[in-house]
Amino acid sequence: MKIRIKFTKQGPMKFIGHLDIMRYFQKVMRRAEVDIRYSEGFSPHQIMSFAAPLGVGLTSNGEYVDIEVLSTDSSAAMIKRMNEVMVENTKILSYRRLEDASKNAMSIVAAADYTLRFREGYEPEDLEEFFKSLSDFYSQEQILITKQTKKGERDLDLKPLIYKLERKGTSVFMQVSTGSVDNVKPELVMEGFYRFLGKEYPPFAMEIEREEVYADLGEGDSRRFVALEDLGQDIE
Amino acid sequence: MRKLALSDEILLSIQQPARYIGGEVNMCVKDPKEVAIRFAMCFPDVYEIGMSHLGIQILYDMFNRREDVYCERVYSPWSDLDQVMREKMIPLFALESQEPVKNFDFLGITLQYEMCYTNVLQILDLSQIPLYARERSEEDPIVIGGGPCAYNPEPLADFFDLFYIGEGETVYDRLLDAYKEHKKKGKSRREFLEIAAKIPGIYVPQFYTVTYREDGTILDFKPNHPNAKPTITKELMVSMDDYRYIEKPIVPFIKVTQDRVVLEIQRGCIRGCRFCQAGNVYRPLRERSLEYLKDYAYKLLKSTGHEEISLSSLSSSDYTQLEGLVKFLIESFQGKGINISLPSLRIDAFSLEVMSKIQDVKKSSLTFAPEAGSQRLRDVINKGLTEEVILKGATDAFYGGWNRVKLYFMLGLPTETVEDMEGIALLSEKIAEAYYEIPKDQRQGKVQIVASSSFFVPKPFTPFQWARMCTKEEFLERAYIVKDKFRQMKNAKSLKYNWHEADLSVLEGVLARGDRKLSLVIEAAYRNGALFDSWSESFDNEKWMKAFEDCKIDPDFYTVRERSLEEVFPWDFIDAGVSKEFLTREWKQALGETVTPNCRQTCSGCGARVFGGGVCYENKN
Repeated sequence: MKIRIKFTKQGPMKFIGHLDIMRYFQKVMRRAEVDIRYSEGFSPHQIMSFAAPLGVGLTSNGEYVDIEVLSTDSSAAMIKRMNEVMVENTKILSYRRLEDASKNAMSIVAAADYTLRFREGYEPEDLEEFFKSLSDFYSQEQILITKQTKKGERDLDLKPLIYKLERKGTSVFMQVSTGSVDNVKPELVMEGFYRFLGKEYPPFAMEIEREEVYADLGEGDSRRFVALEDLGQDIE
Repeated sequence: MRKLALSDEILLSIQQPARYIGGEVNMCVKDPKEVAIRFAMCFPDVYEIGMSHLGIQILYDMFNRREDVYCERVYSPWSDLDQVMREKMIPLFALESQEPVKNFDFLGITLQYEMCYTNVLQILDLSQIPLYARERSEEDPIVIGGGPCAYNPEPLADFFDLFYIGEGETVYDRLLDAYKEHKKKGKSRREFLEIAAKIPGIYVPQFYTVTYREDGTILDFKPNHPNAKPTITKELMVSMDDYRYIEKPIVPFIKVTQDRVVLEIQRGCIRGCRFCQAGNVYRPLRERSLEYLKDYAYKLLKSTGHEEISLSSLSSSDYTQLEGLVKFLIESFQGKGINISLPSLRIDAFSLEVMSKIQDVKKSSLTFAPEAGSQRLRDVINKGLTEEVILKGATDAFYGGWNRVKLYFMLGLPTETVEDMEGIALLSEKIAEAYYEIPKDQRQGKVQIVASSSFFVPKPFTPFQWARMCTKEEFLERAYIVKDKFRQMKNAKSLKYNWHEADLSVLEGVLARGDRKLSLVIEAAYRNGALFDSWSESFDNEKWMKAFEDCKIDPDFYTVRERSLEEVFPWDFIDAGVSKEFLTREWKQALGETVTPNCRQTCSGCGARVFGGGVCYENKN
């Protein structure tokens, strides 16, 4: 039976890289005695896959991992059991059953929300001016940037990949394309914006937090983003 | 939420920031304000190495079981962070509270290998604690050393306030109680050291005076304070089952060297290999009961979630309940996603059967440690492994599907001749020939034999403590002789030979049998930039050679010099259990190429019987 788990990654956990988070969850499964399914073969591994790797340095309120289990308790009981063996700063938020035919999280990720807060000492002198420019930047017909890829550099128009870019209090909020096809890191948008301002983006200027990860259930050109956890059902 | 000692900017600009943030599963959390004693426990190497060490986990658990103590961990900041901390004057901090080590009551440093000595100075320096014990004030932590290198603490004597000689489980409580009492009364640092000097196993270097002869050897080593014991007897757990083992070891986020549950099945060794310090200083052999180990195996796997369990001991095959333990592990955990690993097993019918059950034969290799290439030299070192046993074990294994063999040797052993050296290649060749004698349809492709030799370093409290050590040139010359012989072998294509770094071994030899005069050299090397010397990528022999030169100390004095039986050694004031008479006898037996039976065959009167337990009293009620 397929299960989707949503969890947070807060505070110092942001320094733990993706591979180590995978190892961490393998051990959580054993400590919490989750009846997870193992692969066949001489060195069996847990059936487990993560939605979208989060870069080192970023926090999150909406990370996802899919697992397969042979048996399970209710969602509430499983959340409690796992949280009891988790470290501070990372908590299970939901544990839901997926349809057997569901695709795994990694293959359906389409977008993610991010909040970017100014790190202490990096706040702009004029916040109003900053957000006005941000709005001008987003209003452009095209947002051309150069993206570093494994094969070298390539020019990319970010505009169709940024679904939202707006002010939220004193923070920047954005919804951007995520996943294996057009993965836009929030830093890339900020670098583009600072270049638009004629400046260099200072690498530690913003604390970035992922808020949610979505699948796209829209048809044709219309988009309909649904949070990954909403594709599953709580187990009573 | 705990506040980190390092800013995001720093943590995101260095390698592996997870080394410095703590917060791992099973980390002990206490309010530092609520405890009487703050203890910083340090392994002076990088996190991944330090976190893999069992001893620290045992002490961490033991200390934190006391409500009045908060024990936290400290490791060496890697070179990248080291530089940042110096530039920004950030004091070294403990992982748990992220608070500076200099505010602690104790800084305990475990000394697992000689090549960590410059890292010890780095820890003190970055903590902003004066390097020399005599320069410390009332505000500085009490710096205490322990671990195997504390069996000859003299090269580091000036940097430590105290050394704990022997196993930590026994008298730490007394030491901590004494400190608590002393702190309550508001007494001075000096007064505490005076009290500590009376506790068994505790050595306070400044309460001893050493005088030297003109030739540089020791004339006299004696207490200069009435509380200082003339002889420090090592501490030891007489009965292993009487002490609690760890129940909830810390589980690191990042992959460390020992990423598994480690079950310590016994301490000590019956074998008496004459080069081996551990085999001598941990005598007598003491086993844990099968029931005890079964209980802990469950608890540890449950509390960590590790996917592997491994046994720890000097020679697992000598554990009397091994069959029962292995059967239990396989029946209880095999097929539940838990791997079982059994290091230090002798290759025989039993171990081959077990290994074929728990590992993928195609992916694993056989390991033998003959240590010497000829039977004559194996008799000298008292390594009771014969060519016949090796060839039989290897052949059985080849029939079982194995086709890779690893062989460990030492070069530069006492009395070694060219024949002994060439024996390394000859033995490797014989194993290859044994493989090709097997009918083609019953073997798996080509055989691959990798022989490696380390260079022999004489250690204190071994029968070879009197031995002359080779020079770097002699070591390399011997390695080339072996290499040449390998080239002449018929199956040379199936054989591979490599050897360790000679510079490093020579330096290890200096520090292993060093005296108090070396503290200046260690400091000078550290000032020259020597750090992480056990890492070949950062080891720089030049920095050390310059240090010897500047301090006008000849490293050869400690290595290639011949020592007489009458010489007073810097470590002679320690009673490690094995008597000097026994070691002398063993040294003579070695030179006479005579084997000494192991502890289960006959008692050879090493002296460890006085502790009143272990193998010395087996089957004798």
